[in-house]
Amino acid sequence: MNELLEILTDLHPEVDFETEEHLIDSAILDSFDIITIISEIADTFDVVVPAKEIIPENFNSAEALWAMIERLEDGE
Amino acid sequence: MSFTSYEFILAVAAVLVIYYSIPKRFQWMFLLGASYVLYFSAGPSYLIFISITTLVTYLCARKISSLSKEKTAYLKENKATLDREAKKTYKEGVKKKQRLFLWGALFVDLGLLIGIKYTNFIIENINGIITSVSNMEPISYLDIIMPLGISFYTFQTVGYLVDVYNEKYEAQNNYGKFALFVGFFPQLSQGPISRYNDLSQTLYAEHRFDAKVVSFGLQRILWGYFKKLVIADRVLIGLKTLLAAPEDYPGIYFFVAMMFYAIQLYADFTGGIDITIGIAETMGIKVTENFHRPYFSKNIKEYWNRWHMTMGSWFTDYIFYPISVSGFMLKLSKKARKVLGENIGKRVPVYLATILVWFTTGIWHGASWNFIVWGLANCVVILISQELSPLYTKFHNRFDVEGKLWYKTFCVIRTILLMSALRMFDCYRDVTVTVKMFFSMFTTWNISALWDGSMLALGLNGTDYLIILFGVVLIFVVSMLQRKKQVRERILELPYPVRAAIWLALFVVVLLAGAYGQGYDESSFIYNQF
Repeated sequence: MNELLEILTDLHPEVDFETEEHLIDSAILDSFDIITIISEIADTFDVVVPAKEIIPENFNSAEALWAMIERLEDGE
Repeated sequence: MSFTSYEFILAVAAVLVIYYSIPKRFQWMFLLGASYVLYFSAGPSYLIFISITTLVTYLCARKISSLSKEKTAYLKENKATLDREAKKTYKEGVKKKQRLFLWGALFVDLGLLIGIKYTNFIIENINGIITSVSNMEPISYLDIIMPLGISFYTFQTVGYLVDVYNEKYEAQNNYGKFALFVGFFPQLSQGPISRYNDLSQTLYAEHRFDAKVVSFGLQRILWGYFKKLVIADRVLIGLKTLLAAPEDYPGIYFFVAMMFYAIQLYADFTGGIDITIGIAETMGIKVTENFHRPYFSKNIKEYWNRWHMTMGSWFTDYIFYPISVSGFMLKLSKKARKVLGENIGKRVPVYLATILVWFTTGIWHGASWNFIVWGLANCVVILISQELSPLYTKFHNRFDVEGKLWYKTFCVIRTILLMSALRMFDCYRDVTVTVKMFFSMFTTWNISALWDGSMLALGLNGTDYLIILFGVVLIFVVSMLQRKKQVRERILELPYPVRAAIWLALFVVVLLAGAYGQGYDESSFIYNQF
C-alpha cells in the first residue's frame, strides 16, 4: 500500500490520498493520470490492469486501487 | 427524417398519442415499429445496413454472453477439482472463442461504416498519388449513399459488444428490444451515442402518462427548436456568405466567421440534442446528456469533457484506454524509458494513444483531410497544455489568480477563441484556405467593416443581428441559471399565468422568428452528415 501511495503522491503531491475517496468523481485524476498509474502498477507490482478494470469504482481512492491490485494479483 | 420538417413534427405527435393510448406492455414494440417506419421514410435502403449491423451484433453478443455463462457454471461446478493453472487455461480458452465472435462482429459493423464512409476518400487519395506519378487512368468513384446515423449506431453497437465481452452486463436476449436500442428514432440522426446500460433502464419500461414528464419533454423540444430555427439557421445565412468566397472576406471577416460558426454550431448541435432528449423525455425515456455548458470551459481538455460528451467518453473507453494499457504499449513504454529516459519514456503510450484518438475523432467527423488536420490540431493543443501544466501550477501558486473571476473569464474567453479558430478547418473544408484565412487576420486590417455597414451586406439585416444577440444572451442566462437548478423546474414554481406566458412567448418566437426564409434547408442539421 505504501508503494502505491508513493506512486500517487508523486503524481499529485497536493492530494491526500489516504483520505480522498472521489479521485475520479471529483476529476482529480484524468485519463493521462490513470494511464501513468497503470504503467507504474505494472512496473512496481508486476500486475497488468486490463482496460475493463478502468472504472470509477476502482480508481476513486487509493484503497479501491489497492483492492483491485490484490484481486488481479490473485488472478481473479 | 429531418427534425425540422412538418412531417416529422406530425409523426412525433402521432407517436406520442399512440404510445400512451396502447396497452403499456406494447409500448416498446410500438416504438420499434415507429422507429423503423420513420427510418424507412428517410431512405428505404438505409434499413438494409442497420438490419445487418443489428442482426450480426445481436447474434455475436449473445454467443459471447452464453460463453461467459458457461464459463461461470463450469468453474463453479469444478471448483474443488481445478487448480489455479487449470482454471487459467480454461478461462483463456473461453476468452479465445469469445474474441472470435467479438472480432467477427466488429469486422462487419466497422467494415460497413468504413466501406460506406471512407471508400471514396481512399480512392481520392489513391487517385492523387496515381495521377501525380503516372499517366494511369484514375479509379472511378463509387456511387454510395451514406445511411443516416450510421456513425452513431455503429459506435453504439461497438460499445455494446465490447461491454458484453468485458462482462459489464449480459447480452439482450430479445431481438426486438436490441433492435430498438440500435434504431431508437430520436437519436438516429445525430446521436447522442448511448450506452446500453444507460438507455435500457427506461427504453423498455412501461410508462404511464405523466403530465409533468410530457410537458418537460415538450418544453425541451421547444427550446431545441428555438436554438436551431431562430439562432443557428439565422447565423448560417451570414456564415454561408463568408464561406462562399473566402478571398473576398479576409481579416476581421475571418474573426466574424469564427464567432458565427461558434454560435451556429452550438445552437445547431445542442438544439438538435435538446429535441432528441425532449422527444425521448415525453415518453419517459432518459437519453444521456451530451453537453455540460461547454463554452464555460477554462481549457481545451475541460472543453472536450463537456462538449459532445458521449463521443468523448466513447473514444476514451473504447480506444484510448484499451490501446494505452495494451501489452504492446506497456512493452513499448518500458523500452522507451530505457532509451529515452524515465520522463519522456513514460509519456510514449499516453501520447501515441492520444494521437490515435484524435486522428480517429477527426476522421469520424468526415472523410477528408480538413477533419483529420482539425483532429490532430486539437491533439497538439491538448498535449502542449498537458506539458505546460507544471508551469501553470507554478504560475497559479505564485500569483494566486485561479479563483479570481477576471482570471476565470479570461480562461473561458481564451478557450472559446482557441476552439473557434481550430473549428475553421471544419468550416472552410480546405486546410490551405483555412491557414491562409487565419493569417489574414494579422495582415489585413479592415476592422472598420464591423461598423461601416459591411456586416449588413452578408445577408443579415439589423433585426437579424438583434434576434441573434437576444438569442445568445438568453442562452447565456439560461446556462447561468442551470448551474444551480433546472430552468424548467424554476419556471414550474412560478404562477400558472406567468409560466404559460413564458412558454407561449417562446413558441411564438420560434414561429415568427425562425429562419424559414430564402435558402432555408430543412435537412441541414450539421451532425446529420456524420
